[in-house]
Amino acid sequence: MTVLQEFEKHPLAKYLRLERFPHIWCEGCGDGIILNCFVKALDDLGINMDKLVVVSGIGCIGRIAGYIKCDSFHTTHGRPIALATGIKLANPKLTIAVISGDGDLFAIGGNHFIHAARRNVDMTVICSNNFNYGMTGGQFGPTTPLDSYTTTTPYGNIEHPFNLVHLAAAAGAVYVARWTALHVKRLTESIKKALQKKGFKFIEVISPCPEIYGRRNKLGKAIDTMKRYRQICEIRHGYDPAKAEITIEKIIVGEFIDIEKPTYGELLQKQFLTIQKR
Amino acid sequence: MTMHREVLTGKHLMQGDIACAEGAIAAGCKFFAGYPITPATEITERMARRMIEVDGMFVQMEDELASMAAIIGASWAGAKAMTATSGPGFSLMQENIGLAVMTETPCVVVNIMRGAPSTGLPTEGAQQDVMQCKWGSHGDYEIIALAPASVQEMFDLTIECFNFAETYRAPTFLLADGFTGHLWERVVIPSREEIKTVERKKPIVPADKYVPFKPDEDLVPPMACFGEGYRVHVTGLTHDELGYPKTTDPKIQHELVNRLCEKIRKNSDKIIRTYKFMLEDADVAVIAYGIPSRSSLNAVKRAREAGIKAGLLRLITVWPFPEKQVEELSNHVKAIVVPEMNCGQVVREVERVAKETPVHFSSKIGGEPHSPSEIFEVIRRAAKA
Amino acid sequence: MRVEIRIGGFGGQGIIRTGLILATASCVYGDKNAIQTASYGPESRGGRCRSEVIISDEDIDFPKVEHPDILVAMSKEAYLQYVDDLKENGILIVDPDLVPNKRENLKVRMYEVPATKIAEGLGKKIVANVVMIGAFAAITNLFGLEHLKESIRHNVPKAFIKLNLTAFEKGYEYGKSLLKS
Repeated sequence: MTVLQEFEKHPLAKYLRLERFPHIWCEGCGDGIILNCFVKALDDLGINMDKLVVVSGIGCIGRIAGYIKCDSFHTTHGRPIALATGIKLANPKLTIAVISGDGDLFAIGGNHFIHAARRNVDMTVICSNNFNYGMTGGQFGPTTPLDSYTTTTPYGNIEHPFNLVHLAAAAGAVYVARWTALHVKRLTESIKKALQKKGFKFIEVISPCPEIYGRRNKLGKAIDTMKRYRQICEIRHGYDPAKAEITIEKIIVGEFIDIEKPTYGELLQKQFLTIQKR
Repeated sequence: MTMHREVLTGKHLMQGDIACAEGAIAAGCKFFAGYPITPATEITERMARRMIEVDGMFVQMEDELASMAAIIGASWAGAKAMTATSGPGFSLMQENIGLAVMTETPCVVVNIMRGAPSTGLPTEGAQQDVMQCKWGSHGDYEIIALAPASVQEMFDLTIECFNFAETYRAPTFLLADGFTGHLWERVVIPSREEIKTVERKKPIVPADKYVPFKPDEDLVPPMACFGEGYRVHVTGLTHDELGYPKTTDPKIQHELVNRLCEKIRKNSDKIIRTYKFMLEDADVAVIAYGIPSRSSLNAVKRAREAGIKAGLLRLITVWPFPEKQVEELSNHVKAIVVPEMNCGQVVREVERVAKETPVHFSSKIGGEPHSPSEIFEVIRRAAKA
Repeated sequence: MRVEIRIGGFGGQGIIRTGLILATASCVYGDKNAIQTASYGPESRGGRCRSEVIISDEDIDFPKVEHPDILVAMSKEAYLQYVDDLKENGILIVDPDLVPNKRENLKVRMYEVPATKIAEGLGKKIVANVVMIGAFAAITNLFGLEHLKESIRHNVPKAFIKLNLTAFEKGYEYGKSLLKS
């Protein structure tokens, strides 16, 4: 039996473009787990794959759009949310998921993130946060911890990192959660919840990067990172995202925000009806 | 609100920017994303008011990077889409203009050109972005750009831009100067039936037989949009006909990039529009586009009165460059005059094509278009030389 | 026949609207061609402001005013800046309360229309521009009166149509009286 034939037997195979495999991700990378959780969520919800659009940016996780068997767009660096805004507003019947990395969404694309959250455009944004630019060989990014080593912080990082969940909540996201690649079931449930909820939803996934970031910071193998997640993660639902820290000793995970707020589309529809009546 | 019509048939005094917005609506534009910038803001404002009336979508984005990205997304969601800006915003759009080229996304980008570089002269017109329009994004590509010279053309050519964008699956540009954008002039809007609009070519095969980037004979692939069940993957990376990234095979890059260029070049006869005035017996030909072509028309008339055999070739299509037309002309005139509101952009193309024929350039920057007498003087000098 | 008109004043006087009313009257309600261009400073209110209108029986090629046949000056600055561009024997219309100390040796036909004062008499200073349009129509005889009235109805807010038409009539009467004297 060929590898492909073996793949085809997998219950989730129908959600994937199998001809695109093997994927490009390193051994131990969290991106494959995110893909797994995402398609599991699609399967659990029975999502209509003809009405789902996955949009990604540039970076390792950016390739995910090309692996899922639905309409998908692998955009320019930093622009997936802006492009997804256009898709959603032009065809409100589509379900939109943006899956991208910390650098793509919060450095080069940071402005689009905060404004889409503020507008409350209906989309689910999943960020694979691996603390560095893995694809280009490991440079520091907007989430790299202080003192960490990357190719562009050879003497240690002196820039304070973003707390992504705090940023998302402050910008107006209606659902904000953080998990790690270890929390497969909880992450899947979070994705399901987000996909069913209206408005701008954000899920941060702390993701091991053993080959690039891990190696340079002596974090050991991926399995060591996973073990560490188990030791230091603390689940705190409803916790103040401003205080939801990520440190060497502790990572606060959980669902921090789950509120209701009219979406851009709903407000527009209301306005549309008023104008049509005139 | 009494006017919920898509086509405002009738006679109006309209501003160029507003005529452009109305042209877009008449062409079937259903999505507009923009960011305010002088002297293009009036287009955005008009679309904010009008899109909702015609069941379209208006969104003001956070910047021009986002505006350009949003119209690409909207186009893939099936809408005819447009954005409008001026120089500084146009610079920001270049990144995703390249994405539109690479992903063969039909969309219209309006640039109401103002004085530059940088923030330059916000309220003053210019033609300084003509080369940027052709070469602004990285890499080799061909685009279509039309240059209106009147408010009527702001309306007519915007429709034409949509038709070209949808036909060739390429970003298409309305390259107007700030003077024309802010000009108020009569526009006659025909009835809806009289306006020719083009819809994009759709696949005729079922999803399992559809190869998203496999071109037809005209080099343009039929376009399935998101939500139509074809499950298309779109990427800015070099891709094969299935749309999948192929970044280590030189042959794929060669075929894709050449096709993207050739689909415009090979169809250039269908794209190029010019207007000719008194060229049959001309010794001196003025080649102009946009507002200086109107000064030129007046100057040519004055030259004829003064006994100089002058004529005008007005470029309505600037890109792809009307090489054939200019070459033909250069074979039977003694001199060419090119007035531009920049320091010399299209004149380079003219020189390249005209070869031996002397080309006299007339530059005007600062906002005011050339006066007819300025161009007349250059014609007189060119005739003597 | 091509007629070039320049109207100068400051922002907030309705200078640009004046140009639009004249252009609309000619090319939408009348059968002439018309062009209106405007220029103003970065200030939203109170800065220098200029509107130019070209009216022609033929197609208008060059769309800019070079040497106006008619200048309407609604501020001292506009008067000083533009009066020398006016064609010989051109028509100069000024609001005397806004343009003091006019030069005397000009080869122009000058008419003084206290448009702002007349408008104040109607209770709304803002309609001074329409008073000026009325006077302009009487002095130049370039427009069909009905075309101008239609254009005013089209170009001003609904609630103010009546007031503006009254302003127009007042201006027109004043302009006529100037021609008689």
